[in-house]
Amino acid sequence: MGGFPILSIMLLVPLAAAIICLMVEASLARSVALGATLVNLALGILLWLNYDIGGAQWQFTERAELFAGFSYALGIDGIALLLIVLSVFLMPICILASWTSITKRVGEYMAAFLFMELLMIGVFAAQDMFLFYIFFEAGLIPMYLIIGIWGGDNRIYASYKFFLYTLLGSVLMLIAMMWMVNEAGTTDIPTLMNYDFDPKAQTWLWLAFFASFAVKMPMWPVHTWLPDAHVQAPTAGSVILAGVLLKMGGYGFIRFSLPMFPEASAQFAWLIFILSMLAVVITSLIALVQNDMKKLIAYSSVAHMAIVTVGLFSFNVQGLEGSMIVMLSHGLVSGALFLCVGVIYDRLHTREIDRYGGLSINMPKYAMLFLLFTMASIGLPGTSGFVGEFLSLAGIYEVSSLVTLVCTTSIILGAAYMLYLYRRVAFGPQKNADAAAMQDIGIREWLMLGPIAAAVLWMGVYPESFLAPMRKDIAALDARLARAAPEGDAKLVAGKPRETIANEMPHVAGEHSGAGAEHGEAAEGAH
Amino acid sequence: MDYGYSLYLTGPEVFLSVSGLVLTLVAAWGGRNSGRLCTILAVVALVGASVITGSLMLSDASVQGAEAFGGLYRMDTFGSFAKLLIYLASIGCLMITPRFFASGDEYRPEYPLLMVFGAVGMGMMVSAVDLMTLYIGLELSSLSSYVLASFTRSDDRSAEAGLKYFVLGALASGILLYGMSLVYGFSGSTGYGAIRAAFDGTLGTGALFGVIFVLAGLAFKISAVPFHMWTPDVYEGAPTPVTTFFATAPKVAAIAMTARIALEAFGNQASAWQQIVIFAALASIVVGALGAIGQSNVKRLLAYSSINNVGFILIGLAAATEAGASAMLVYLAIYVAMSLGSFVAVLMMRDADGNQVEAIADMAGLSRTNPMLALCLAAMMLSLAGIPPLFGFWGKFVVFQAAVQADLVILAAIGIAASVIGAFYYLKIVKIMYFDEPANVVTGKSDAAHWAVLVGSTLVVSPLGYLLTKPLGMVADRAAQALFFMV
Repeated sequence: MGGFPILSIMLLVPLAAAIICLMVEASLARSVALGATLVNLALGILLWLNYDIGGAQWQFTERAELFAGFSYALGIDGIALLLIVLSVFLMPICILASWTSITKRVGEYMAAFLFMELLMIGVFAAQDMFLFYIFFEAGLIPMYLIIGIWGGDNRIYASYKFFLYTLLGSVLMLIAMMWMVNEAGTTDIPTLMNYDFDPKAQTWLWLAFFASFAVKMPMWPVHTWLPDAHVQAPTAGSVILAGVLLKMGGYGFIRFSLPMFPEASAQFAWLIFILSMLAVVITSLIALVQNDMKKLIAYSSVAHMAIVTVGLFSFNVQGLEGSMIVMLSHGLVSGALFLCVGVIYDRLHTREIDRYGGLSINMPKYAMLFLLFTMASIGLPGTSGFVGEFLSLAGIYEVSSLVTLVCTTSIILGAAYMLYLYRRVAFGPQKNADAAAMQDIGIREWLMLGPIAAAVLWMGVYPESFLAPMRKDIAALDARLARAAPEGDAKLVAGKPRETIANEMPHVAGEHSGAGAEHGEAAEGAH
Repeated sequence: MDYGYSLYLTGPEVFLSVSGLVLTLVAAWGGRNSGRLCTILAVVALVGASVITGSLMLSDASVQGAEAFGGLYRMDTFGSFAKLLIYLASIGCLMITPRFFASGDEYRPEYPLLMVFGAVGMGMMVSAVDLMTLYIGLELSSLSSYVLASFTRSDDRSAEAGLKYFVLGALASGILLYGMSLVYGFSGSTGYGAIRAAFDGTLGTGALFGVIFVLAGLAFKISAVPFHMWTPDVYEGAPTPVTTFFATAPKVAAIAMTARIALEAFGNQASAWQQIVIFAALASIVVGALGAIGQSNVKRLLAYSSINNVGFILIGLAAATEAGASAMLVYLAIYVAMSLGSFVAVLMMRDADGNQVEAIADMAGLSRTNPMLALCLAAMMLSLAGIPPLFGFWGKFVVFQAAVQADLVILAAIGIAASVIGAFYYLKIVKIMYFDEPANVVTGKSDAAHWAVLVGSTLVVSPLGYLLTKPLGMVADRAAQALFFMV
């Protein structure tokens, strides 16, 4: 791509559009926002196509010494690339989701979303520690406004909780960053990723970063802001929150905590495992008893994120790759589920599960798509959820059988609460006349849900497209972690391949088939 | 002693004093209606003083500093930096004043006069390297402030504010004088250099008391906890332009003066005063944040916010390093822009009859009735809370970075965690303006001069402000170097 500053342009497009949106009236603002997000999607695809798999670790780098104390440095590796593509993919869908449901203060709403897009891309593309922090924290402001202005009944409480909770988590990280920069003498993230801090200091630094990322992730027990924020946010806000903002926590772990503090990460792996196991079981059970659809999906997000954290702290390639795929998959699937809720919420204006029922009769197309995303959330083979969860659990199995055992219940419990939700919404009798009278999804809603469905199936059937760009980066991370990796209890040894073909028929000439079968069994026993 | 050179070094003060005297004559002959003319002349005088300060700052002598009048006054980059901030803040305050008083018949030419003489006093405060000069400068600026606080004579609250400020200010001056006499008694000199030399090695109990009393007196002037009690009352009662002035220029002067006396005169005894400053810093952050939560008057809220901000600035002083001093100056510069902006925004909120709107509840839904004003004020609030990408974050950033570099990690961690408490009430203002249903109280129109100051400070506070980090950091570093040049 030569010297073409594609990342800066991806930041500038939403910025310019946001400023325009603030000044024009509603219908024009919608079009401007959609246009800008589509331009960014095109740029994102261009970015992916031009990303040189197996090339330099950091590509599309840009650097300008604009500020004192830190520099404007951008650049991406495979991990960041995929998360940026996820963000730009979800944004036009969010704008479409808000097309008719947002009627008041449209210009400000669109501007807030475009600022959000700018900040999300900035977080994933920043190569300077403090630039990262600025983007990371700045996301609070538009999200605060989105929840507070356009949210549901209890929006004020939710917006405060979201803001203060995540702010408190982050400020300690800032102090840790300052200490690191003071110690290492650079703010450059790639350099810091290979800097060996004193293991004693790592403990404190890790805890400071953990405070921030655990809240963002969110991990049990600091997840309580999430259900409130989700339930009160407008549909598109929920999609962005679940789809991309939660990924910032996982991205933080994979970009900062693991490579910068490998020893401390190994030291605290037990903490992560315990919190994740508790999260899987507790939040899944909570999800099972929800009456509010959005709350149910919000709690399921916490359970899925727990799979991400155990995968990350399994210190092996399967676990790390699996976590990344779970993050991408969850971004698509939970985003899509929130959109599905939004579709029926727009018609009936309630999220209560009991008000629906038998939707597969009057909304068959909707029921089909909803089923696909339900299955993807459970982790049915063929969907993206399966690939990620399988890899993560395979990774953690090498470390601890017990953790694997507990975390695998997430698949069973996940099936329980998702199928239970689906049954109550889509199957059964049409007990409410107004729900039974709802129209099936229109062209706009197809445009929102169709691309996500395609992406979910693509990731489920051919995950290589998504694994290839990040393979080298994960391998580099694994190599960096190797010295601290804990010894697992699985003690895997590579088996010796048998010389004969596994299902080979015994070749005994001239014998009857019955005797041959008997012979075969004996031969099998002899092995 | 070369008087010519001394007069050259004290150029800004000499120029302002002469201008002040000329203004007195204009005011005396022009009568009550010359208020506007005097304001314009005062702004011109302050601009002139800024130019002189700027040219002195660029001269060769400014980094090492040069002493005037036999070591009573010192011209260096540190003093010049603080003076520029003081003059700019005073200009901003003067620009917004005449229109404020336009509705009543209260405005008189004394107002700009007092501002000019206050600026002379503040200039002397930041340049003083002798306790005597310091005290004269302090009293000159304080006397102007006492009168300004009670400027609206018909308003009881204003009179009360002036009286409170005067009584408590006199008490603080007494404490300061007592400390100065102890310091003089134990060091045998009133010059900073000599005090520094005398306070080498272990510090006796008497001398320590002197240091503590001096710092206590100064803590009153910068309204640091536990000497902050006057601030909310005075800020609330004083006319809004005067409050704007109190929150900016005298604050800069008092903080710069405190930094100079702590780092130059008591520079060898950093360990003795560091713990006092650390306590004052943390207490100010916490009390400033908690006190603001229950307020229903926006001016009182901003008063607590200024206490809170002083706490952050003192963290830079607590570091007792060059980086810390530089961070303080950067924070001060940003703080001036933020306070100026937020008070101007408050000043612009008028109801249909032109009366001031000060109740926070009346600001409800401002984003729909007056979106531009709400946007500017929201930017100010989030910036004061230190949320990136607004520029207020940078102030906190440099201060905490200095603390971390000086191995005060625990202080930095507690301070930054307490800043989250403060974020709550700043968010409350944003919430009331953006989330609540419009109360339709704020309907009055505002003057172009108000908009100019507001938009100007909002631009500084916006992310564009980060482009200033390089020049600002460079000048602040040079100023901090000058402060440590004596070492």
